[in-house]
Amino acid sequence: MNNKGVDQTKRQFLTSALTVVGTVGSGYLAVPFLAQMQPSAKTMAAGAPVEVDISKMEEGQLIRVAWRGKPVWILNRTPEVLETLKTLDNELRDPLSEESLQPISSKNQVRSIKPEILVAVGLCTHLGCSPTFRPEIAPNDLGDKWKGGFFCPCHGSWFDLAGRVYRGVPAPTNLEIPPYRYITDTQLIIGEPAEEVSA
Amino acid sequence: MKRDRITECNDWFLQRFPLTKLWNEHMAHYYAPKNFNFWYYFGSLALLVLVNQILTGIFLTMNYKPDAKLAFDSVEYIMRDVNWGWLIRYMHSTGSSAFFIVVYLHMFRGLMYGSYKHPRELIWIFGMLLFVALMAEAFMGYLLPWGQMSYWGAQVIISLFSAIPVIGDDLSLWLRGDYVVSDATLNRFFAFHVIAVPLALVLLVFLHIVALHEVGSNNPDGIEIKDSKDPWGHPVDGIPFHPYYTVKDLVGVGVFMLFFATVIFYMPEMGGYFLEHANFIPADPMKTPEHIAPVWYFTPFYAILRAIPDKFAGVIGMGGAIVVLFLLPWLDRSPVKSIRYRGGIYKKALFLFVISFLVLGYLGTQPATPTATIVARVFTAIYFGFFLLMPIYTRWEKTKPVPKRLTTTHSLEEQLPGLIEEIIHLKHGSTEIGHAAFKGSFFAIRPNPTGIRNVISRLAKNVKGSLN
Repeated sequence: MNNKGVDQTKRQFLTSALTVVGTVGSGYLAVPFLAQMQPSAKTMAAGAPVEVDISKMEEGQLIRVAWRGKPVWILNRTPEVLETLKTLDNELRDPLSEESLQPISSKNQVRSIKPEILVAVGLCTHLGCSPTFRPEIAPNDLGDKWKGGFFCPCHGSWFDLAGRVYRGVPAPTNLEIPPYRYITDTQLIIGEPAEEVSA
Repeated sequence: MKRDRITECNDWFLQRFPLTKLWNEHMAHYYAPKNFNFWYYFGSLALLVLVNQILTGIFLTMNYKPDAKLAFDSVEYIMRDVNWGWLIRYMHSTGSSAFFIVVYLHMFRGLMYGSYKHPRELIWIFGMLLFVALMAEAFMGYLLPWGQMSYWGAQVIISLFSAIPVIGDDLSLWLRGDYVVSDATLNRFFAFHVIAVPLALVLLVFLHIVALHEVGSNNPDGIEIKDSKDPWGHPVDGIPFHPYYTVKDLVGVGVFMLFFATVIFYMPEMGGYFLEHANFIPADPMKTPEHIAPVWYFTPFYAILRAIPDKFAGVIGMGGAIVVLFLLPWLDRSPVKSIRYRGGIYKKALFLFVISFLVLGYLGTQPATPTATIVARVFTAIYFGFFLLMPIYTRWEKTKPVPKRLTTTHSLEEQLPGLIEEIIHLKHGSTEIGHAAFKGSFFAIRPNPTGIRNVISRLAKNVKGSLN
């Protein structure tokens, strides 16, 4: 091709301009496609609070309710369990829940509003399996160190009965505590924050 | 007159499309080394399985419903009510396991004969991309039956992305399209599984083969056959792919189909390895099965994930186990390709690597007990050691001289009569057992203890020699 007499700078300018416009244009075009994969408006609107009646719960009993498609556990802890929880601090990664997710009203050693009633999202903070409830002490498969708690069957993470994670297991933080509050003494609502008390 | 008409049509077509040229370039005049052995079946078998997956997949979509409420039942409907639906589904589910068996053997072949080395680095990269796409395809396909394993497997794998600092949580939310694995996730995985990833797979297969045919195949001797050519410019040690290797591969296809059909008809679940037992229970977001494990082909990587007691490091380890394979062409510094002429240190390293891959694969199917975790850590170290120490140990390696031309070995069939003769030949006494039950049969021949000992000790020497 004969390039004599061709204004190369003009050509260069057109090439650069087209590249920039094309790149920016494809960037904008990608937005709707990528954004449509985000949770839809309907999904965002779902997740209404759930009311739970706990008047019929016995000591040591665990019930599961669904909130936003996730399992939420409600556990009625015995006084012995509450005693055990006080002795575990040295074996836990985050005993005071400094790095974990919970409403301020549940940011305490037993991680609940009422000490005996634990409300927690039943999904392991490692990779989202639902741990199994193992309240027994020192069962054969878990060994002598087991003081009762939640054991994740997927990757072997240990949590105590306040949902606090042990050291040396894959899960990084304690189980998440959802926002919840008591309507009456035996009725609670999951998904609505309690009136915040200063922590 | 009629014949002319056909020729005319032929010419009309060929003037507009280079069919003959393509055929010659890639089949009839494509020269492949003449010493391909058993390990060279798996490339063409992988292609066969891909075709199987695409065809059976098309028919499955005709009855499958990608909806969280309907998916599980629609799979059962395919299994029970659709004519031959069970066969098509088992062909598809067995096909996915067969795909990984074939691909792992194909990759092992590459490791043995140095097929990833100069000038075939790009073939290896395309192959690795294929492997990653295949894993994505298999993972997303496994969610579709919407059983317990589907659900919790997807939950775990998507949560892997949440381990990435800063963007992790938003990224996994974006992938799921919901706060938990749900209908939105199922629907998009269906779209990826039937359209996006298969297209990528087909494109990558095309690139893999184009790159292969540009540089030519490697072979068990690891010599470039293009280095010695006859006066007509054909490699002396090459033979045209068609008909020689099309016929050879047909034999491989026949044997493969025998095994494939046996699994489909007699053990389609393979004792819970190809289709896991927990997946026959519909997905329950409230409860994880007691023991969850991925399908067997992911277990080595899953065991690495579990072995590392930190969320982010575990994900890095799991990803790294795959990324490190991409780097293989540049980690290996040995000038020799084939294991036949490489030093003992590489043979031992490769042996250890295969053992660690198998042990990790086994551990990944088992519950995470403390002992199992320690064993998994040891073998994870060996797995990474094979790759990361490679630049060091391949430099020390004492290689053997590489021949200029391909070598020929006597096949087992040719050696067999000699071996049998050696085993049964007795110097003293009767060679026949007199008992009536054996009379005239093969079993009436009395074995020769010294002959057997000689054969076994020679075999042991050969094995030992090949390891050094």
